[in-house]
Amino acid sequence: MRFDDEEIGLRLIEMGCIPGTEIVVLRKAPLGDPLAFSCRGSIISIRSREAQQVMVEECNE
Amino acid sequence: MNDTLNVALVGNPNCGKSTLFNVLTGLNQKTGNFPGVTVEKRSGTFRIGGIQGKVSRNINLIDLPGTYSLFPKSPDEYETYRALSNESDKPDLVLLVADASGLSRSLILCTQVIDMGFPVVLCVNMIDLLEESGQTLNLERLKEELGVPVCALNARKGKGLQALKGILLDEHAEKPSAWAAPDWLVEKFNSTPPFTECLNNANALDKSNTTDWVRFQSDDTTKRLNRIDALLQMARSKSEPLKAMVQTQKIDALLTHPLWGFIIFLGVLLLMFQAIFSWSELPMDLIDQGFASASAWLGAQLPSGSFTSLLTQGVLPGLGGIIMFVPQIALLFGFIAILEDSGYMARVSFINDRVLRRFGINGKSIIPLISGVACAVPAILSARTIRNTRERLITIFITPLMSCSARIPVYTLLIAVAIPDTESGIFNTRGLVLMGLYLLGLLAALFSALLMKYWVKTRERSIFIMEMPVYRMPQGRVVLRSMFDKVKVFVLEAGKIIVAISVVLWALSSYGPSGEFERIEVKYQQKIATGDINIEQADGLEAAEKLRASYAGMIGRAIEPVIAPLGFDWKIGIALVTSFAAREVFVGTMATIYGVGSDDEQSSTLKERMQNDKIHASENKLFSFGTSLALMVFYAFALQCMSTIAVVKRETGSWKWPTYQFIWFGFLAWMGAFLVHMFFN
Repeated sequence: MRFDDEEIGLRLIEMGCIPGTEIVVLRKAPLGDPLAFSCRGSIISIRSREAQQVMVEECNE
Repeated sequence: MNDTLNVALVGNPNCGKSTLFNVLTGLNQKTGNFPGVTVEKRSGTFRIGGIQGKVSRNINLIDLPGTYSLFPKSPDEYETYRALSNESDKPDLVLLVADASGLSRSLILCTQVIDMGFPVVLCVNMIDLLEESGQTLNLERLKEELGVPVCALNARKGKGLQALKGILLDEHAEKPSAWAAPDWLVEKFNSTPPFTECLNNANALDKSNTTDWVRFQSDDTTKRLNRIDALLQMARSKSEPLKAMVQTQKIDALLTHPLWGFIIFLGVLLLMFQAIFSWSELPMDLIDQGFASASAWLGAQLPSGSFTSLLTQGVLPGLGGIIMFVPQIALLFGFIAILEDSGYMARVSFINDRVLRRFGINGKSIIPLISGVACAVPAILSARTIRNTRERLITIFITPLMSCSARIPVYTLLIAVAIPDTESGIFNTRGLVLMGLYLLGLLAALFSALLMKYWVKTRERSIFIMEMPVYRMPQGRVVLRSMFDKVKVFVLEAGKIIVAISVVLWALSSYGPSGEFERIEVKYQQKIATGDINIEQADGLEAAEKLRASYAGMIGRAIEPVIAPLGFDWKIGIALVTSFAAREVFVGTMATIYGVGSDDEQSSTLKERMQNDKIHASENKLFSFGTSLALMVFYAFALQCMSTIAVVKRETGSWKWPTYQFIWFGFLAWMGAFLVHMFFN
């Protein structure tokens, strides 16, 4: 995981989602946006426009 | 060492910080604002008796706003930083509340505070979440690695408090040693402690090199987190998903389900309002009657005169008007506390963000909008959780358009007067009108938000990044506490203003230009003497005529030209003026104008008198279907509430916004009433 947008990235970093952390996308809100993912044991919701700034890499368990 | 220890509570949002604050301080709390800004500051004191042979001590605890770091991003986060960086008024000790389920994140903030040079006590809260999943945390190890005292807590259940109190009685070293200041800070800043200088630079208000600091903070945080991860690896049993988290996922699958999510949300709202209105009916009636009899009793006990009349017609009814809404407000905030404490409120924001975003507000605005149906004052206070300035402003601006409980008495009276009690289809006409008025308020709010969205420009981006806490069973203590706090704010803040205004209104409607009242009195004495009318009739008519001649009546007549196009006359004009303090005053004003209290055999109730009133020099009813509906629409929109104006001024920090609000809502009210009146006449 890495960030293309520093401000959004910073907010996520503060919440413990630093580049390299494993995240799991959980679900979308009923209207398709925002979405929720889990990271370090907490659930964080984020709008898809913001989520587009987060680059993730698929990892196989 | 000084007998009193100044302790600051610092922690992430949702870490249970406020719960800990409440269990420690009980009712010894003061709520105020940080100087110059509108961020709420809570402080409280408690005493720890001599336990384990230690000397007893007073603790002065300050609850600082929740934050993820010491690089503030919102006004309330800035206050946390400022309280810690203020050289002259620093806390002696920082109680850092960490969330056991998100420990690594909590420790980012913890190590930052340690690096500022504060003696820190680390409280790992919600330890039950780890215990129920069979996971362990080695507190001793954590204590060794961080060099600060550590204790495990379950603040909701009050567990672990004794150990924490024992730690608070110990002497605290000025600087913890085990957690060495990170080398990347020491390299860059040469003062001690280096982090303080770093923050001073990063948080300086005139930021010229923001981007550099953004990069610096992400570096700093990333390095901290790597160090913390290594540390936790030694202190914590393997971190598998917590039981509570697995449960939360299951509940979320239902509560944020594309279909069920909305159905459940609407169901919860319906249930809430149903309960609020039906449960509060009895206590509200009792309070209303209680104040009425108190007024009557006082009136009979005290010698008649201006002071008695001020007390029984000005202050007491004014006070009663506020206290009457306490049951509704308490219930509403009880429900909101349940929704918040259980973790559901974050999901409500989550599922509604998409819709609300179109109107320039965000998912978090749903809380003020829902609360606004009880009372706009506490609702506006709850908009503080919105980080984006523009979104917060729009939310504050539109919240008073939601039909609050003070409009209910007005609607109820007017519906009874003018709307026939018939069925249209399966619905009752009166019920439909009432529902329509609530809907109208909501639509006006959304429409205003849309206009504001294009009008208020901002460079701030709208970002919606929100943590969704795990579901917990709501605690009775937390809910009751919130009800108590909110009611206290309402009664004190709104009460002061309403009492003052009702005194002024009483004076305006009790006095008139010199000679006028005497002339009216003489006129009726003569009429009684000649036997034209009896004394009881005279009382009612005399009171009505005096009101017309009073200063309030003069104001009513003066504004008549403005409201005549809406079908309103000077009497309604007076009611509009008196309702400026608070809408519910309408009913009392109508009662005074129509001289209820005198015993008229033909039409004894206020409702009937209003129904029989004719427009001056015509046979048309004043309160026709159209005019009454127009009046209700007027009340649905107009900003007739001193307390709301005061709280908007306080929350936005200027008179600008309440002024715009007053003008815009006034325009909506006039235009709405005008159109309705035109349509029906």
